[in-house]
Amino acid sequence: MASIIQPDDRRHLGTRLSVMQYFIAGIFALLAIGFWVFQVAQHQKFSVMADNNHLRRLPLPAPRGVLFDRHGDLLVDNQSMFNIAVVREQTGNLDTTLRVLSEATGVPEPQLHETMSRRRGEPKYRPMVLIENATFEQVVAARARQWELPGVFSQQVPTRKYLSDDMAAHLFGYVSEVNEAQLARPEYEGLEAGAKVGQAGVEQAYNRLLMGTDGDRAVVVNSVGREIQEVPDGLTDPIEGKRLQLTIDKDVQRATEEGFRHFGYNGAAVILDPNSGEVLSLVSLPAYDPNKFAMGIDLATWRSLNEDKLKPLQNRALQGRYSPGSTFKIAVAVAGLEEGVVTPNTTVFCPGGANFYGRFFKCHLAGGHGTVDMRHAIEKSCNTYFYTVGNMLGVDRIHKWASALGLGERSGIDLPNEIRGIMPSTEWKLRTTGEKWYAGETISVSIGQGQVSVTPLSLAIMMMTVANGGTRYTPHVLKATKEGNQEWKPVPPPPPQSVARMKPSTIDALHEGLWMVINAAGTGGRGKIVGYNVAGKTGTAQVVSNQGKAGAARSGMDVRDHGWFVFFAPHDKPEIAGVIFAEHAEHGYLGAPIAKFAMETYFAKKEGRPLPSIDKPAGPPVAIAAANQPEAQERAASAARQVRQ
Amino acid sequence: MFERRLIFHVDWLLIAALLMVVGIGIAMIYSTTYVIVGDGGHAGPQVKTQAYALVLGLIALAICLAIDYRVLAEHSLVIFGGLIALLLFVLFKGSTQFNATRWIEVGPFNLQPSEFARMTLALLLAMFFGENRRGARNLTDLAIGGMFTAVPILLIAKQPDLGTAVTLIPVFFGVAYLAGMRLRLLGVIALIAVLMAPLAWQFALKDYQKTRITTFLDPEQDPRGDGYQQIQARITVGSGGLTGKGFMNGTQGLYKFLPVAHNDFIFSVLAEERGFIGVLGVLGLYLFVILRSLEASRLAKDRLGAYLVAGIIAGFTFQVIYNIAMSAGLAPVKGITLPLMSYGGSSLIASLAAFGLILNVRMRRFTN
Repeated sequence: MASIIQPDDRRHLGTRLSVMQYFIAGIFALLAIGFWVFQVAQHQKFSVMADNNHLRRLPLPAPRGVLFDRHGDLLVDNQSMFNIAVVREQTGNLDTTLRVLSEATGVPEPQLHETMSRRRGEPKYRPMVLIENATFEQVVAARARQWELPGVFSQQVPTRKYLSDDMAAHLFGYVSEVNEAQLARPEYEGLEAGAKVGQAGVEQAYNRLLMGTDGDRAVVVNSVGREIQEVPDGLTDPIEGKRLQLTIDKDVQRATEEGFRHFGYNGAAVILDPNSGEVLSLVSLPAYDPNKFAMGIDLATWRSLNEDKLKPLQNRALQGRYSPGSTFKIAVAVAGLEEGVVTPNTTVFCPGGANFYGRFFKCHLAGGHGTVDMRHAIEKSCNTYFYTVGNMLGVDRIHKWASALGLGERSGIDLPNEIRGIMPSTEWKLRTTGEKWYAGETISVSIGQGQVSVTPLSLAIMMMTVANGGTRYTPHVLKATKEGNQEWKPVPPPPPQSVARMKPSTIDALHEGLWMVINAAGTGGRGKIVGYNVAGKTGTAQVVSNQGKAGAARSGMDVRDHGWFVFFAPHDKPEIAGVIFAEHAEHGYLGAPIAKFAMETYFAKKEGRPLPSIDKPAGPPVAIAAANQPEAQERAASAARQVRQ
Repeated sequence: MFERRLIFHVDWLLIAALLMVVGIGIAMIYSTTYVIVGDGGHAGPQVKTQAYALVLGLIALAICLAIDYRVLAEHSLVIFGGLIALLLFVLFKGSTQFNATRWIEVGPFNLQPSEFARMTLALLLAMFFGENRRGARNLTDLAIGGMFTAVPILLIAKQPDLGTAVTLIPVFFGVAYLAGMRLRLLGVIALIAVLMAPLAWQFALKDYQKTRITTFLDPEQDPRGDGYQQIQARITVGSGGLTGKGFMNGTQGLYKFLPVAHNDFIFSVLAEERGFIGVLGVLGLYLFVILRSLEASRLAKDRLGAYLVAGIIAGFTFQVIYNIAMSAGLAPVKGITLPLMSYGGSSLIASLAAFGLILNVRMRRFTN
């Protein structure tokens, strides 16, 4: 090949050097343009990415507002627990991370995977809680292996502390992670997945007030997620939720629950101030431990609560629907007197039952009550008298007055998921079944049987309304709120649901009749408190009809009747009213001592006396014990009858 | 041998530019290797090492300046042989770090012979094309030159250190181009390289090398793995903005989001802390160093000198451009350091020694 450049041809060399120089300068210019694009044109984008890299906002969850009772006693507090969380963006291999974390903490790997996949959709830069309420040992173990666990860190968070295991569980409700369905609803707008919200009771009803505002803390982290330092001015303090003062009286609440436990019943109770609708005590048993939810309930516990035949999650006071039995006679009495079909002095002869529409309706006393007026009919709970009054009224007038007393209606209480009972009427039957009402059906309704069904709360409302002479106050549990260091701000009571001013003669007759139930020859003697003029009424709610009982019993169902006891006191100037629903107690009067203990506690507290204890009842124990004697026998006899049926 | 008047022909401007670049490099190393202890901290050990290397490098520069490059060129084959021997020694007796065997332990130091390969090769090729084959540039000459180049490339690639090995190729092309290799021939070689690429992909490249290339083309495909460095490099550079976050205020290198920031990615850190303005400044310094060196080639009194400078500066320029492109995520991540700035004793000493040769050529432009 021929030579291309002559020896020492400097011109060619110079040209080639120039080419090299321009070429290189050109490439440098391109590099400069490249840097300009990244550093100037796209600076904003990369700047944010760099911050996301090394700045981590650690959420500082706000403590929920603390709950107090009407006297300022603490009901629900907060405590702290440790969570172990992960920022997925900063983990290397997620599977390895979970495996190491499982080894360190002893939490099964599948459980961690399950938690992770449940919350897969969340942004990767946000800390995701893997282990709630971690023990101190778990936290230390995870920290010790920090270098194998990039992006994993522990945080101290406030959590709910309910004072005793299950006191007023249904009233307070519980908190747990907001679910997806809730996130879609407007009242949970602005919440992020993983936020704790109230899921029942006061916690749910007043969730917005209680939640407060989360703060956060900005820290600088390195590439394995280790905190290097705090960012100056990077701290936003969380703001605690509003403190709520409830209308509940802690001691009355506790006394009511103790009463149920002492006598061995499940059931429900609602005790109110009949002059305002303030709820003093609200019980549903069996209950659950809301602390378990606050700590992050495990699947097994949740399942057992959900599948328990006794339904511990159900708030029986608001969500249980039962036949009112004889307590319904109060509503019929009000209807009869107010509609003027009877007067307090109207008498009926009870021979042990009566014929209506070609059928014999029995009174519960086979020999009959003889001639009874309204007061004595209430005292003795005479079926014949109320069959007669009910028949004179017709179902629609009974419906009108029962509704005015709150039966078959929602009470409007400030707690979630209240259901309505059923108060039949001709219109109701036509609407639900398409059939017309038969007058004979009214007879059963008159004594609280047939299709009538009520919630325990609505019976408490009835007693409140009867006690105060016709005002159906809206029951409520919130009394006042307090934000930060401000003064307590009273919450205006909700307006009454309805006002049906009753005739004084009606009120007198009812109050007297109901007083006689407790203090004369009635069924409620166990509710008597000397000096306090308790008025009340017992009732029995059939679980299944007498005909169906044997069959249901064979299938293993608990067919024992429920016992009702409704009450107020003192009868001439009522200041406390309520209902005791004793599940499968068989007799209403067996719930009376529970009410009595609650009322005794209420009065003792009000008057500054030492509170009674359930084992040593206040008042004259001898008289009570004596009075109990024949009733205990009656109970045994009744149980025997039940077996024979 | 060293005449006093030669002092006046030393290119002090180039030396000043070199020292500025090295100084900026040490400052950046200080910033990225700073060890945080509580609220304070202290400089990383790398700063001191680099400062020692600068002293040794200046001594090496002085030596390479003092000895007439023609004398060195006459012994180029021997020097080259010595290099090959060292590379062989590394392969069999070298010390291993990070899964690669690149170093020879010399007392407390680790010497990396491959760093000295570029100047040695440049010297040999300049001698071969400039003196032994005066004027004649046929294919045989190119092939012989190519073979001289291939030997160290293969030895270094075997370590494995493909990054350093690749930097020898521009040395060959730099000398060959200046020696008159026709552009058409360059084109043919480039074409062959392109055609060989699929074969290389299939047979020669290791899996990790393949993933480096695929992730370069699409870094998001594996942002936690191989694409990570590239994304982080762009974030580092981009977040610097026009004026930068300020010295020691960078977050990417300090908090280890960008791996080996003081080494391969030192320019990213510069871009982060000094911004686009700092980038322009350092790019300008490098361009000045390169163009000034090419002027030395132009001024050289003989072709040996011109080719020697061209060979050295071609390798240097390739390294600079590749590393800077890589530091902005514009090139696949390769272990190619930024000469004069990146942390690395052997690299700094070798670079300064090589510039000693360039200064040598310029200084002796009037001597006979």
